[in-house]
Amino acid sequence: MTSKEYKTITDIKGPLVFLEKTEPVAYGEIVTIRLSDGSMKNGQVLDTSDDAVIVQVFEGTEAIDRQAGVKFLGDVFKLSVSRDLVGRILDGAGRPRDGGPDIVAEEKADIIGAAINPYSRQSPHDFIQTGVSAIDCCTTLVRGQKLPIFSASGLPHNDIALQIARQAKLKDSDEEFIVVFCAMGITAEEYNFFRTDLERTGALENAVLFVNLADDPAVERLITPRLALTAAEYLAFEHDYHVLVIYTDMTNYCDSLRQIGAAREEVPGRRGYPGYMYTDLAMLYERAGIVKGKKGSITQFPILTMPGDDITHPIPDLSGYITEGQIVISRELHQAGIYPPINVLPSLSRLMGGCIGEKTTRDDHKKVSDQMYAAYAEGRELRGLVAIVGEDALNERDLQLLKFSDIFEDKFLRQDRDEDRTIDETLDLCWSLMSSIDEKYLVRLDRELIDKYGQHTE
Amino acid sequence: MSNNEGVIYRISGPVVTATGIDARMYEVVRVGHEKLMGEVIEIHGDQSVIQVYEDTSGIRPGEPVLSTGQTLSVQLGPGLLTSIYDGIQRPLQTLEEVMGVFITRGVDADGLDLEKKWDFVATASAGDEVVGGQIIGTVQETETITHKIMIPPKVSGKIKSIDSGEFNVTEAVCVLDDGTEIKMMQEWPVRHPRPYTQKYAPDTPLVTGMRILDFLFPLAKGGAAGIPGPFGSGKTVTQQSLAKYSDAQLVVYIGCGERGNEMTEVLDEFPELIDPNTGQPLMNRTVMIANTSNMPVAAREASVYTGITIAEYFRDQGYDVALMADSTSRWAEAMREISSRLEEMPGEEGYPAYLSSRLAEFYERAGRVETLNGDDGSVTVIGAVSPPGGDISEPVSQGTLRIVKVFWGLDAGLARKRHFPAINWLNSYSLYPQSLNQWFRDNIASDFPEVRTEISALLKVEAELQEIVQLVGSDALPIDQQLTLEVARMIREYFLQQNGFDPVDAYSGVEQQYAMAKAILTFQDEAKKAMAAGARLQDVVNVPSRTELMRARFAEGYLENIGGLVDDMVGEITGTVEAN
Repeated sequence: MTSKEYKTITDIKGPLVFLEKTEPVAYGEIVTIRLSDGSMKNGQVLDTSDDAVIVQVFEGTEAIDRQAGVKFLGDVFKLSVSRDLVGRILDGAGRPRDGGPDIVAEEKADIIGAAINPYSRQSPHDFIQTGVSAIDCCTTLVRGQKLPIFSASGLPHNDIALQIARQAKLKDSDEEFIVVFCAMGITAEEYNFFRTDLERTGALENAVLFVNLADDPAVERLITPRLALTAAEYLAFEHDYHVLVIYTDMTNYCDSLRQIGAAREEVPGRRGYPGYMYTDLAMLYERAGIVKGKKGSITQFPILTMPGDDITHPIPDLSGYITEGQIVISRELHQAGIYPPINVLPSLSRLMGGCIGEKTTRDDHKKVSDQMYAAYAEGRELRGLVAIVGEDALNERDLQLLKFSDIFEDKFLRQDRDEDRTIDETLDLCWSLMSSIDEKYLVRLDRELIDKYGQHTE
Repeated sequence: MSNNEGVIYRISGPVVTATGIDARMYEVVRVGHEKLMGEVIEIHGDQSVIQVYEDTSGIRPGEPVLSTGQTLSVQLGPGLLTSIYDGIQRPLQTLEEVMGVFITRGVDADGLDLEKKWDFVATASAGDEVVGGQIIGTVQETETITHKIMIPPKVSGKIKSIDSGEFNVTEAVCVLDDGTEIKMMQEWPVRHPRPYTQKYAPDTPLVTGMRILDFLFPLAKGGAAGIPGPFGSGKTVTQQSLAKYSDAQLVVYIGCGERGNEMTEVLDEFPELIDPNTGQPLMNRTVMIANTSNMPVAAREASVYTGITIAEYFRDQGYDVALMADSTSRWAEAMREISSRLEEMPGEEGYPAYLSSRLAEFYERAGRVETLNGDDGSVTVIGAVSPPGGDISEPVSQGTLRIVKVFWGLDAGLARKRHFPAINWLNSYSLYPQSLNQWFRDNIASDFPEVRTEISALLKVEAELQEIVQLVGSDALPIDQQLTLEVARMIREYFLQQNGFDPVDAYSGVEQQYAMAKAILTFQDEAKKAMAAGARLQDVVNVPSRTELMRARFAEGYLENIGGLVDDMVGEITGTVEAN
């Protein structure tokens, strides 16, 4: 393809460079820009026509002038993938960051990634035991699912993500996950925390890290998750691995998306985020799953911080419409000293229904989980009432539910950072806690289950 | 002479501008060397703006653009049922055979299998005068559905010859006097409603088996309903339940910009599930369209039109068709995305100014009609709406609510309490009860509307009482109001809640719904009587048979047993008087 260098830059604005009069340039084509001091930058074509081309520069446009030379490489962005990726640390654009050699490509994969044909997907149904009661019982994680953590600044979402990465396994199996970790704009301190923990547990050898830190170029963040997912797809579908992708922080990714949108003077959607953000996020999240005829799987665990703890903010809102549920971290529980501070009420796992029950977890799982939820929800609501009228005004049923909500938080939610409960332990714990409520108020449990597991003493 | 070949001038995401081509609006064109499918959506002088249904990465200015002279159409005929299509009617199964598990581009695929032979049985004979819409023969497409072969609209004449036998969909089964060949396949442009003789007022409910819907907020066959709700409130579960259990004869399910795994779940589940109305696998009456959120956005825009055109085609055969669109918000966002690439002046929240008229046009394609052949058919449309942050003051929800007559409002608060279906009984509404009351009186019970009114009134009173309880606690209420709270709780926990995953509770016939509502009212009456005779509220409420009555709905044969269970309850309540 054309290796001609163009010096036809007309405008430079934010992360974008505008050129005129080029040979026909492909949409999405990769670009290198040579600066007057000889250094190089990379970019990608966002808009192309006979007269003008718009290029988005990953490293930022600093020091680019109108004399800079622009070369179009005739291809879209590809990542060199290989089995050797495992155990490596790369930067946000896919270059080695650990001082190791370049990745020798077994294959070059387009990072945009094609959509999986829904007809070719296999429904996820393998229960993943995370050892965290709140998740296993109430928002069950399934292999091939995309289940984000909705958190906020100052909350221990990283601890929870790491605990899950450490403990996640199929029930009655020791099969481990390959972890693909993707950092977007997090601080060096947070990154070190993840890295140290992965090193400590030996998981680093079975991980691939893509790292774009807070002081790395913001626009580069738009490709970092795509690189991570391309690597994940390769490992899962070409090498049969079960891959767990953790990416943090989606909020930084979306802010970069907004930055590009603003520089292009696009009509903004809500809060200045581009109108196509839903589609853009879907093209990341939808890369989770299992396909027919392949042994591997991709499970995604994105972390996002909700600006101002607001779950209706466009980032958690659009994410929630795409992902198969969410795990919501609560500031209130965190302040009450409860770890993991998971608020099960707004949390949800959409794939849970198909993966729990007699064959996979236990026959009482669904109904126990519903009953725990319902009782806790009502108990929490009563706390508000008690604050006004005092406990004396409550009837017997309400009093029991009120007490249950405290027990729920103290005994069920609370567990140690390295406490790994099996699903049987979790469900037995539920029955033992529910014995504090009169059987007649447990209307979501049927007689058969109560006789089988109930721990009520008459 | 018009020019049918041009070149690409500009590419910006899914929007491509071509020059040198004389295209008509909404004409289908082929873009680039790979011949990607696109549709002309704007013309400026020499430039035609095209929305492309596939990914445009790697396409360059200067590549060719070919016009086809066609507008975006679907192929209609035997083979539609049990199919699963993308937004532009390409069968996903064929795409998998051609491209593997990932959807790449540049593949053209027919919506119908053109080779497959169907057993055509002629019902018209040579010499008959026929007009558009008239049925000339049938094909037993699946065990449940007889596909009726119709003369395409706008065609008429006298039949010269017609033969029964094995044909594929492109062979002529019938020839008219003027030489017009009638094939089993016809094509129809998706953006045009198919014609009918007249629209009727709806008078029959679409029975869904969901108690809160059928009993409190019924939808008529041929009506339109909107289900707005924030994420996690159960829109998709509700839509899927409707697709499974509603008594429509055919279901068109559009997964528009939604999750891939959910579509797969439907695909796995429907062939296994049995239609309670016919005893046949659900898939036999279903056509599915899946354009997931990461598939091309322009094809998402087209998917709802593809779906409703297929629904209308079956309506024209005299069937009652239900169409579920999940979610219309994603469709609206696709319009917004394209509109923003066109640099159109935006309306509210960046949506194009024509959003509400497009929504109205779509929902208006619902209806119960007299078909061209004098038969009676209907299309019922149920659209899910995904309002950002759950706030229904946004343009898509508002545009929808102005048109539909049934509003099933999903509520995140209820979902959090695991009250499913999480439909809020206080703000939901249906404007159909008046026109459907006669049906309920004739088919279920003569006092059905009165029972419904009584149940809704109790729920309304409860909402008012709850406000007081929030301030003073329930013990401070007079005893009769405490009873009302208990009765209302029974309505909520026993009647309104329904477990969509429980094999028995998932579907509740209207007769059973009525029996359950009556059981609640019986409890109220008996409790009042007993308390007037001196029984204590605590004792009345805690009779074990009431809990059993409520729990037994998860067991088979509930409708038969409910009478006995109510009798037991009445007996025990009466017993509480003597115990005192």
